Amino acid sequence: MESRLRILFLITGLSILASPPLPAAPASGEDAPVIQPAIERKEIKEARIDTENFEVGAYAGMMSVEDFGTGPVYGVRAAYHVTEDLFLEAAYGRSKAGETSYERLSGSAPLLTDKERALSYYNLSVGYNLLPGETFIGSRRAFNSALYIIGGIGSTDFAGDARFTLNLGAGYRLLMTDWLALHVDVRDHIFDIDVTGEDKTTHNIEINGGITFFF
Amino acid sequence: MQAYALLFILLQCLLTGSALGAQAGPRVQVADAYLELRTGPGRSYPIYYVVERGEWIEILKRRTDWFKVRDAKGKEGWVRRAEMEQTLTEQGGKTDFKEAVLSDFSRRRWEMGIMGGDFSGSNVISLYGAFAFNAGLAGEISVSQLFGEFSDSLMGNIDLVAQPFPMWRVSPFFALGTGIIDTNARKTLVKSRDSTDQVSHVGVGARAYLTRRFILRAEYRNYVIFTSKDDNKEINEWKAGFAFFF
Repeated sequence: MESRLRILFLITGLSILASPPLPAAPASGEDAPVIQPAIERKEIKEARIDTENFEVGAYAGMMSVEDFGTGPVYGVRAAYHVTEDLFLEAAYGRSKAGETSYERLSGSAPLLTDKERALSYYNLSVGYNLLPGETFIGSRRAFNSALYIIGGIGSTDFAGDARFTLNLGAGYRLLMTDWLALHVDVRDHIFDIDVTGEDKTTHNIEINGGITFFF
Repeated sequence: MQAYALLFILLQCLLTGSALGAQAGPRVQVADAYLELRTGPGRSYPIYYVVERGEWIEILKRRTDWFKVRDAKGKEGWVRRAEMEQTLTEQGGKTDFKEAVLSDFSRRRWEMGIMGGDFSGSNVISLYGAFAFNAGLAGEISVSQLFGEFSDSLMGNIDLVAQPFPMWRVSPFFALGTGIIDTNARKTLVKSRDSTDQVSHVGVGARAYLTRRFILRAEYRNYVIFTSKDDNKEINEWKAGFAFFF
């Protein structure tokens, strides 16, 4: 009886002694999951997807400055495509106006100095892809293209002053590849001018062709 | 020895890092009956191919809400976002492309925008950038071009903008700032002269969260121009425009 009690005490004592390491076991980090997943975990990392919503490029063409003849124009533009339909565009261009018929015929003093005849403009516009689709060149090739309308506000520096300018127009974008596009653009720059003796609103038509890159 | 081991580990990290960069785009599995591939990133481009359920496609690039993908046979085409979200990722979960939401608008850090309007009879175009110190307070820098009947001006301002309710979808703000205005008289006018003056202003306005990263913004400002003449000029300005945040 006594020995049996002693054994019981001994067992309890031993189990108490042995017990501390047991709860400590999980903390030591040894309880590995029963099944190790064989598949490598992969999240869709959006940062790894190349987004191409920006478009930058240059253009050249002709610009008709009302009363001052037509001159070459060249410029740069950058666009951000918000949706498949809508885009925002910023452009900066330079041109050079000629002489008025009055200056040529009368032979009097020129209305503007050479520096004042230089025209530069910037504008911020919103464009809408009105007719997106495909353009077929020959019977075997199709290119993505879009006819867009565009309009916005900006400033034109001409004849010594900066002039608030509205621009309205339309263009055609032909995508040679996913990232390379050709443009043809017609734009009316509308601003007020008073150098020809009266304060009037002028329409200055620009037609240009350009190349842009998406990135 | 330890240094060599460290170098080796570093090199390995670099190599795996660059390998990840060069790796192909993420892959997803078609879970719908089929996935339509279009020739271009838009609803008007024709569907020319379909990928069947269970096939894996690789995402190549994205333009607006369209994804260019390539299937196992090498066919490439554009898929709309709504359809891409019906696919499964490699761990079997639903594919989800995060878009900015209203809470991102409330927590925005940087903001950039353009506005147009009226500066007491003159047209005004403004470009501005803002940095939020916290949800309620931001610093702003703006450049404005003014086109008046007798002059055109360039104006630069710095502002402190308080936004008491940043969590609202349409959130009002109050601004206090100062700046410089550089006025050039119209060339055709003889009597006017050019000038550079200091300005200060108070403003009130509101931002409305549109969608994604876009904000509509409208504001009123009351300027005081400290001219070199005896009296200061007070000017009311109203303008509205678009901005985006990131």
